[in-house]
Amino acid sequence: MADYKMHLLVCGGTGCKASESEQIRDNLLAEVENHDLTDEVQVVMTGCFGFCEKGPIVKVLPDNTFYVQVKPEDAVTIVEEHLVKGRQVNHLLYRDPENDKPVSDSKHMDFYKKQVRIALRNCGFINPENIDEYIARDGYAALAKCLSEQTPQEVIDEIKRSGQRGRGGGGFPTGLKWEITSKSVADQKYVVCNADEGDPGAFMDRSILEGDPHSVIEAMAICGYCTGSSKGLVYIRAEYPLAIQRLKTAITQAREYGLLGEKIFGTPFCFDITLRYGAGAFVCGEETALIHSMEGLRGEPTFKPPFPSESGYLGKPTTVNNVETLASIPVIINKGAGFFSSIGTEKSKGTKVFALAGKINNVGLIEVPMGTTLREVIFDIGGGIKGGKKFKAVQTGGPSGGCLTNSFLDTPIDYDNLISAGSMMGSGGMIVMDEDDCMVSIAKFYLEFTLDESCGKCTPCRIGNKRLFEMLDKITKGLGNEEDLTRLRTLCKVIKDTSLCGLGQTSPNPILSTLDNFFDEYLAHVRDHKCPAGQCKSLVKYTINNDKCTGCTLCFRNCPVGAITGEKRSPHYIDNSICIKCGVCYDKCKFDAVSVS
Amino acid sequence: MPKIKLSQRTIEIVKEICSTFENNEGELINVLHEAQHKLGYLPAEVQELIANELNMSVAKVYGVVTFYSFFNMIPQGEFPISVCMGTACYVRGAEQILHEIKRQLNIEVGQSTPDGKFSLNCLRCVGACGLAPVVMVGEKVYGRVAPQQIRKIIAEYQEGCVRPERHEM
Repeated sequence: MADYKMHLLVCGGTGCKASESEQIRDNLLAEVENHDLTDEVQVVMTGCFGFCEKGPIVKVLPDNTFYVQVKPEDAVTIVEEHLVKGRQVNHLLYRDPENDKPVSDSKHMDFYKKQVRIALRNCGFINPENIDEYIARDGYAALAKCLSEQTPQEVIDEIKRSGQRGRGGGGFPTGLKWEITSKSVADQKYVVCNADEGDPGAFMDRSILEGDPHSVIEAMAICGYCTGSSKGLVYIRAEYPLAIQRLKTAITQAREYGLLGEKIFGTPFCFDITLRYGAGAFVCGEETALIHSMEGLRGEPTFKPPFPSESGYLGKPTTVNNVETLASIPVIINKGAGFFSSIGTEKSKGTKVFALAGKINNVGLIEVPMGTTLREVIFDIGGGIKGGKKFKAVQTGGPSGGCLTNSFLDTPIDYDNLISAGSMMGSGGMIVMDEDDCMVSIAKFYLEFTLDESCGKCTPCRIGNKRLFEMLDKITKGLGNEEDLTRLRTLCKVIKDTSLCGLGQTSPNPILSTLDNFFDEYLAHVRDHKCPAGQCKSLVKYTINNDKCTGCTLCFRNCPVGAITGEKRSPHYIDNSICIKCGVCYDKCKFDAVSVS
Repeated sequence: MPKIKLSQRTIEIVKEICSTFENNEGELINVLHEAQHKLGYLPAEVQELIANELNMSVAKVYGVVTFYSFFNMIPQGEFPISVCMGTACYVRGAEQILHEIKRQLNIEVGQSTPDGKFSLNCLRCVGACGLAPVVMVGEKVYGRVAPQQIRKIIAEYQEGCVRPERHEM
């Protein structure tokens, strides 16, 4: 990157791309050309910057100016003002929500201050489609070091010392997993990267693959060296076209550079990677199911043992690692186990990437040291709850996790603390909910997901979850009774204890945790047939308060079904036989005149 | 479902796909991906042909097709509409969006409009959670959608749009 004086980095993550970031890049390129700056300014499309809420993002190097919510037509201003005249474009700078002052350097933004980026180290810095940029940031140095200076066992020991645990959710020690495969004897072994990120609301793995695919490739090769495998497979969701394309490009480039293929770095070590596509089945995140899916079968899990480390893909020893786990490996090798283990808590080392979403001001992708509290994540990094509403709960671990309340805000996040709090780490989805969210509906939402995704092999999961769903459905329709709550709890326990795989064993978690933390809300549904959050449609009614309504006609104009009538400047009225309870009038009213009961 | 007769060209396409994967049973999912990509959907007749080519039972092929949500056995609309039902979109009102689309098009999830223009599906997380709630029409992503915008979005596609290129059965 040395030849250029300035670099314009444009976010090319899925979110920003959906907001026309490609057009922004093209316009910037054209403007740079117009001003005859092509020799001095480089325009690069990078991976995700993480700050999705404020996307599309354009960053200017070397001065680190961070422009937010850029539109394609802003390209002219950025080039004319910033590049030519050397003046920052004020209206595109991020504004500190506390004092409305512009902050130009991302390092000074609350969103980035507390983050430590290991797995995401290159996301938003390099062009993921250019291997040279990865190499310039110590890329493939770890692989070279392993192959030329260390024995496989020495590398495994280093990983073990780092204390890294699998980031896919299970938290199994990575070094140990590698060691088991390395000790299994077979004519062929496999390294599998699990990129089947099925957890709704989580996009960590995808962002890494889109923003830094080489780090995953390098780590897979290192794993291959350690375990004695010459073949790597990436199992990736077909729903991630951009990640697939970038991964394919990266693999081709690595082959051209001799970093994949025969005799890597002139050593006898051979390793190559092929892709396998998932086809939309959440259960395939479970490693035995994933392996069956790669073999072309239905993705149904099988009983463990035997573990894949001993008998996996095509019956051969297979190491299955998650994307984020792999992305951290080169850093552990380059900087040493001590560096990694100095971060985090006693039993959970290093950092964790979270996809922060829901009712939070700063939606995005973050990476924080293990042991950071939920409060720091939600209020400092996440900027608090949207619209000044009250925090109600945060859901971690996706459909397998639970909802944590206020009382857990100061709990340091690590594998064990989250489990004892009734949730789990999961892959890193973190959904924030506010006072308007009905926890019974949330539990029902997750259950509907599991129900849909249950593979149907074992009875507790296939039938049990269906019954759970029916009970929750009854409750949200106001037809439940208190006995249902006891029945819910009993059935949850049975499903947990008797299901075959992780999906079934954890599927009742969203219900159990909401029952524990929001029992009052369940009671209100079954006893008073009311939904305190006003979300359960069968239980709510929207009305307009005559004293508050000014007759501004805003609700009338926005109602999608024409259920609102009234004259200008006189109180309006909602016809409940037409109302579909979409809540638009409630959201739109500026005078608080619409109430939910 | 009415029987359809595959054209000679379709048969050739399917056979070609199978042979690029060396008619290997283990490549079934890749074969199905490729076939759906080229043909748009996977009717029973195509599944029979694939089973024949890969030398496996039709039941096995059918088992895989129905197991994975990505595979369709009925033709999709000219403009497939997908509503993201990931958690982030859900808490930001995806249900109302879905309800509104169903109401406007008068179809349920998994169905197509009688004129074959639109089909409606739910999907799990596009990964654009910063833009929640998200609706996709074909490849185009609409972010921060409000129920009132649905009419406008649908109208964009109502007339004068080019049919995506696809091989006819």
